[in-house]
Amino acid sequence: MSNPSDTTQPEKSESPAATPGTESSGGAVVILFFIFGLAASMVLGWVIFPTLLYSKKKQPVDFNHALHVVEVENGCQSCHFFREDGTFSGRPTLESCVTCHESVQGATEEEARFVSQYVEKNREVPWLVYAQQPDCVFFSHAAHTIKGKMDCVTCHGHIGESDHLPIYEVNRITGYSRNIWGRNIAGIKRNTWDRMKMDDCSECHIRENVRQASVQTEKGGCFVCHK
Amino acid sequence: MKQAHGKTKKFGMVIDLDKCTGCGTCMVACMAENNVPFRKDETDKRLSITWMQVYKLTNGKSYPDAEICYLPRPCQHCEGHHSGHSPCVSVCPATATDYDSETGIVSQIYTRCFGCRYCMAACPYHARYFNWWDPVWPGDMEKYLSPNVSPRMRGVVEKCSFCFHRYQLAMEKAILEGRHELEEQEYQTSCTQACPAGAITFGDLNNPEHKVHQLAQPDPHHHGRPKNPKVFRLLERLHTNPKIYYFSSKEWVRRAGDNYVKDESKSDHHE
Repeated sequence: MSNPSDTTQPEKSESPAATPGTESSGGAVVILFFIFGLAASMVLGWVIFPTLLYSKKKQPVDFNHALHVVEVENGCQSCHFFREDGTFSGRPTLESCVTCHESVQGATEEEARFVSQYVEKNREVPWLVYAQQPDCVFFSHAAHTIKGKMDCVTCHGHIGESDHLPIYEVNRITGYSRNIWGRNIAGIKRNTWDRMKMDDCSECHIRENVRQASVQTEKGGCFVCHK
Repeated sequence: MKQAHGKTKKFGMVIDLDKCTGCGTCMVACMAENNVPFRKDETDKRLSITWMQVYKLTNGKSYPDAEICYLPRPCQHCEGHHSGHSPCVSVCPATATDYDSETGIVSQIYTRCFGCRYCMAACPYHARYFNWWDPVWPGDMEKYLSPNVSPRMRGVVEKCSFCFHRYQLAMEKAILEGRHELEEQEYQTSCTQACPAGAITFGDLNNPEHKVHQLAQPDPHHHGRPKNPKVFRLLERLHTNPKIYYFSSKEWVRRAGDNYVKDESKSDHHE
């Protein structure tokens, strides 16, 4: 294969009827075609398809978490707090922002835009939620952070130390945020906050023996997180 | 079976048939609470989805002895002969329906169900319903759906969940307040609270302080069979061990709860 002229020459003299030379170069073309095809489909599947699969969206206003965490008194809970009935407020409403941002505080363009477009017009900011779960999922922040004594970082990563909001990527087929499937298209997970799929929840639930009360599976019951 | 800390609960109901007027408020409250779909034409009741269904019983006699009784029927949340061997759970090939040994609630996971309907065939109470169509909510009604209950899609089975989302939300509040246990009144189903006659009582059958326990007096040695002679369960002799108890002062109503051979004596009632 490496040097077809060497092998074809003696063979040709022995039996002129056979044409092994064209056969082996044809084989090489097939193998080359296969290798290129494989490489092309790998690129298609691992790079192009995932890029096409997710549509990228910018948040309506850029937000500097690092700056705000220093300014507020109670860490994450200052804006992402529990309501009295035990439910979690999630992303803050304009009400929390207005306490400080009734007028422009700093010098950034984003803040000026936030004040003129949302605060002055009294419009809620349509924040895109990175950790939005499908609507068949029940998630209790109280059960995890109070009863389970977990940190925000365990699931949400170091968003609290970021200067800018990341680009929100949404799966064009399912409509779910990329943070659910995770950045890594192969599903490889290095940190606890890399992914938010059902298996990631159950992995911890089994380890921590959380309501492993299912009669069918003798593991976690589905009704713990599904609704 | 592993058990988390805290006592094992067994949520159940006692429905007082003497009080039930058959008004159907429980059915309406249930549909609104649980985003139960309906169609334009509901004339064929075999296709209707009613997690809570009020049945009408008659004693079959003519005037002046004719009597009727209304019997609301939610999912019976059967425990079966041994823990969790309910008719539906034991046949489900998809693990879409499950028995929770902590609460005693039979769950139904719609995203897991693939619609084979074995459970519907297995359920002796007709408490399970199949979605033959995707739900269509007229006008702006979609905005009125409860975010606490996921709407179902075509091709899955659904049934009463004892308003499990209410348990979840009550637990959230309890956790925030640093408690592990719920008060009796903190977790009540929608039908219980809606009943204008106060015929439905809901609570933990394992807890002697709860009203359901006092009314039904479940016998732990006989699979929860009621010790109160005026209380019965539907199809007791199938050993489904349901958690819905019915109270009636009338003998013919209590007899209507099970199938009897024509001349079977009263003493056979409890085998």
